Amino acid sequence: MGRCVTYNHVVVDQRTDEDRAADRLFRALADTTRRDILRRVLVEPASVSGLAARYEMSFAAVQKHVTVLADAHLVVKERRGREQMVRGDVGTVRQAAALLEQLEELWRARVDRMSAVLADLDPGPRPDPGRP
Amino acid sequence: MTVLSTTPDTADLTLVVVADLAATPERAWSLWAEPRTLERWWGPPTWPATFDEHDLRPGGGAKYHMTGPDGTAAHGWWSFLAVDEPTRIELEDGFADEHGVPAAGMPTTRMVVELEPGGTGTIMTITSHFASQEALEQVLAMGMAEGMREAVGQIDAILAAG
Repeated sequence: MGRCVTYNHVVVDQRTDEDRAADRLFRALADTTRRDILRRVLVEPASVSGLAARYEMSFAAVQKHVTVLADAHLVVKERRGREQMVRGDVGTVRQAAALLEQLEELWRARVDRMSAVLADLDPGPRPDPGRP
Repeated sequence: MTVLSTTPDTADLTLVVVADLAATPERAWSLWAEPRTLERWWGPPTWPATFDEHDLRPGGGAKYHMTGPDGTAAHGWWSFLAVDEPTRIELEDGFADEHGVPAAGMPTTRMVVELEPGGTGTIMTITSHFASQEALEQVLAMGMAEGMREAVGQIDAILAAG
């Protein structure tokens, strides 16, 4: 994700190519039909024509959606005989989920550090160790 | 457990983090108000933050950099939009060039920090708004956080079955 990664300065060193890839990734995912196609082909590879039969849109429109997904490396297109087969790219999907979780993780880690800092800052009602 | 919840909100395009801190709101305030304290938690141990400027008042700002393991510095800035000690800070966080000048065309995040008595001392709510971060905005708006987890869960189940 622009990451996400952009989203925080922790990963700022990874911006650039990875960010652009993330932008493509999330643009690809920002469409209901494409998400639906992705869910299907993650479970089982499908042909473009088989997918087209499932949606109320032209073969060309479905093919376009598949291309957007393929550009984002969410799916892989493979020619099998006359059929163009589409299967989900598990690695990329995992990456997308990981990027989202990274943002939450960033804040969990910050809160942990805050707690540690507060515990350290607060002298509290500790007994005086008696040192000078 | 100090983090009570993290909630991506698909309607408001926000990530809300709620945490319980074992300190009074006044002390928790120092986490944000004291630059030397801020430096101890803003960056991860591998990318510690240094606040070169920190002027906590409405209209004030901060400049900071984070230094990576190889010495690379990543610069950022804050602009304080609202400061209400010791209960609320609203700020914008963005990327900067090596002189601390806000980088044009880079995404910014608006954050609202709220502190109120509760829990073991203070309930801190941090709301991050991603309005200018198109990618994340889309993701949150489309409920993909849940959707992707679901998808990954499916994949894990498939792989385990395979």
